[in-house]
Amino acid sequence: MHPALQGLLTIVIGVGACLSYFWASNQFLDRVLFPAKGPNAGRNINRANMIRPWLFLFPALFALSLYLAYPVFETIRLSLTDRVTQPDGTTVYHFVGLGNYIQMSGDPKFWEALWNNMLWLIVVPALSTAFGLMAAQLTDRITWGNVAKSLIFMPMAISFVGAAVIWKLIYDARPPDAAQIGVLNAVYVSLTGNDPQQWLTVPFWNSFLLMVVLVWIQTGFAMVILSAALRGIPEETIEAAIVDGANPFQIFFKIKVPQIMPTIMLVWTTITLVVLKIFDIVFAMTNGQWGTQVLANYMFNQLFVTRDWGVGSASAMVIMLLVTPILVWNVRQARKEMR
Amino acid sequence: MDNIAGHKSSLTWAVHISVVLLVALWLFPTVGLFVSSFRTADQIASSGWWNAMFPTEQSLTLRTADPDAQVQQDGVYVIEGNLFAVEGRDPAPISTFGISSRDVSAFQPGDTAELRDGSALTLQANGDYRLVSAEEITGTRGSRVFVSAEIPPEFTLRNYDTVLGQDVVQRLLMFVGAGLVLWGVARFVLSSQPPVVAQALPVVAGLALMAALAVGFGLSSGAAEGAQTTDDMARAFLSTLTVTIPATIIPIVVAAFAAYALAWMDFPGRALLIAFVVGLLVVPLQLALIPLLKLHLSMGIGKGYLGVWLAHTGFGLPLAVYLLRNYMVGLPRDIIENARVDGATEFQIFTKIILPLSFPALASFAIFQFLWTWNDLLVAKVFLIDASGQTTVMTNQIVELLGTRGGNWEILATAAFVSIAVPLVVFFAMQRYLVRGLLAGSVK
Repeated sequence: MHPALQGLLTIVIGVGACLSYFWASNQFLDRVLFPAKGPNAGRNINRANMIRPWLFLFPALFALSLYLAYPVFETIRLSLTDRVTQPDGTTVYHFVGLGNYIQMSGDPKFWEALWNNMLWLIVVPALSTAFGLMAAQLTDRITWGNVAKSLIFMPMAISFVGAAVIWKLIYDARPPDAAQIGVLNAVYVSLTGNDPQQWLTVPFWNSFLLMVVLVWIQTGFAMVILSAALRGIPEETIEAAIVDGANPFQIFFKIKVPQIMPTIMLVWTTITLVVLKIFDIVFAMTNGQWGTQVLANYMFNQLFVTRDWGVGSASAMVIMLLVTPILVWNVRQARKEMR
Repeated sequence: MDNIAGHKSSLTWAVHISVVLLVALWLFPTVGLFVSSFRTADQIASSGWWNAMFPTEQSLTLRTADPDAQVQQDGVYVIEGNLFAVEGRDPAPISTFGISSRDVSAFQPGDTAELRDGSALTLQANGDYRLVSAEEITGTRGSRVFVSAEIPPEFTLRNYDTVLGQDVVQRLLMFVGAGLVLWGVARFVLSSQPPVVAQALPVVAGLALMAALAVGFGLSSGAAEGAQTTDDMARAFLSTLTVTIPATIIPIVVAAFAAYALAWMDFPGRALLIAFVVGLLVVPLQLALIPLLKLHLSMGIGKGYLGVWLAHTGFGLPLAVYLLRNYMVGLPRDIIENARVDGATEFQIFTKIILPLSFPALASFAIFQFLWTWNDLLVAKVFLIDASGQTTVMTNQIVELLGTRGGNWEILATAAFVSIAVPLVVFFAMQRYLVRGLLAGSVK
């Protein structure tokens, strides 16, 4: 069958099945199991209302548990085992304790990935938030600010892979005697007169060139959120500062920034989460060569190139470990709001 | 704030200029890709895209006409013609030419060059040549001539024909035109309907348009005959669409019911479940790859569309439940309690009151999920793409192009732009909802 038809059919079947599940289970509950009539009407209504939330929640809880909660525990288990293919073709898992972690810590590529991830964690959230704050502050004061905002926000819609192509064109290098078609080399050659560089192979700095791509994408996100926060600042505090003779820079850094500090922290952590999982950009631009490896790409390599599920799961656990503080903080915030 | 006392006008100018610079900087990379997708391979290779509007000095390798064309005049063999006409190009002023690849600018226009087989080639600046030989010219193809010429700027849709199949862009524009007309008519006819219908209509029209496009591409993917598989983006476009639409709609339905239960139903353990959802919000999906692939393989789903739909549904649910619950909690309590008093069942309250009122939140999540599934590479690589090469998505296709045709910027730029175009349209059309969703999701 044609995939497009298959897709349409799935939408109809999938959505239809979902809706009929909810409808039929509610009908069953109200008509058959605990009908709201007869001698026990009152008790039945109460019982039905106790069960109904779980009917509504069941599909979501099932999918969440199966697709996100269960993998966490399964990954822990896999990271402690080795997959061995026996001579008769079956696969068994041997418990090896921390063997995979020890093997991983002996791999220089892992340390390179971890080190690079740390650099990404420092540079990308900081620059994105800074640029976003700057853009938010500047665009809030001008008439065509909304147009400017939506143009800066636009890279958000572009896939990491698309962005990788866009930026590869910028970093492109041609032989020294040919015309340079990459902007970076065109500028570099005309300014310094040196030979063009293969930028993505320059050690250490190439990681930063990859980070630029993510900063370019995430700045719009930071800008949108921070701009909403800036608008929420009470006018009186700013007016008071003006009356006291503060200049625009003092107003910005001493009055506005401290008031939106919680939002800045929130933007920072959100971008941190994106950075921890960054995969596509590195995969498409360098695939971890020339010292640009990051954890998510290292993991992908272990899983699908080296096919070592144990070490792959171990590196996934490292990512999980790095995410955990944010997870705990988020859950705490949510519980605090609930009270 | 512009009229606050103490505000300096020089600062206003500085602000305007900085914003212009910032926007230019942010737009520049994308514009480069866009412009490059309309240039020919020769043009891209010979000048940066920022020079696309100016004529460029290009080195071309052209050939004289085949030896079949020779005529005997006054005892010598002669081939005459125009170099550009041989390849069907437009003539351009030639500045230098050569007959060996080692010295491509050895001669000036009007000079006569001696070829290796003893014949003599005279080339004029406009491309007219005269090849004279004392003996009969042999071989199957004409002689190579290396020419440097001022080529005027040239823009073409040929790259799109290569990437998507013949005339797909033209057909697509037709579809969009038809869709817009349909949309306008429907909007006009339904203008007296309640706002819910009027709001939902663009979405329905959009889906109808996408279905039409899908069918259109389905028909045309066969038309891209001769194009290499790696260039066959039309098929990848179609698969991306097939992945995206169910993967956007199914989580919305599932999450909406759960969000309603978490927002408006009282039951023990509710707070715990909300915390559970918030926790899952940040779990990296990298952890899920191997366990779920194992699970899919053991359940017999294997790698395929069903698996990728389920995976996207699972990974999208935490955000969906969280966003929708936050929105639904904010709905006025009176409406829901009045409905309960009037004897409406929970199911009726949900479908008749909550769902229509939650339209903005549903739209926000739909956009997020659409962008995320359309742009995804990792999930598709793990759960969809198998060794058979029958299924692929555009992001994967582009990565493969980067590997195999890294230097062919005309193909790469066009392929990338094709994959970016749809999210960009969605982004600009529904930015309002996207921003609202972002704010609801992160700032309380």
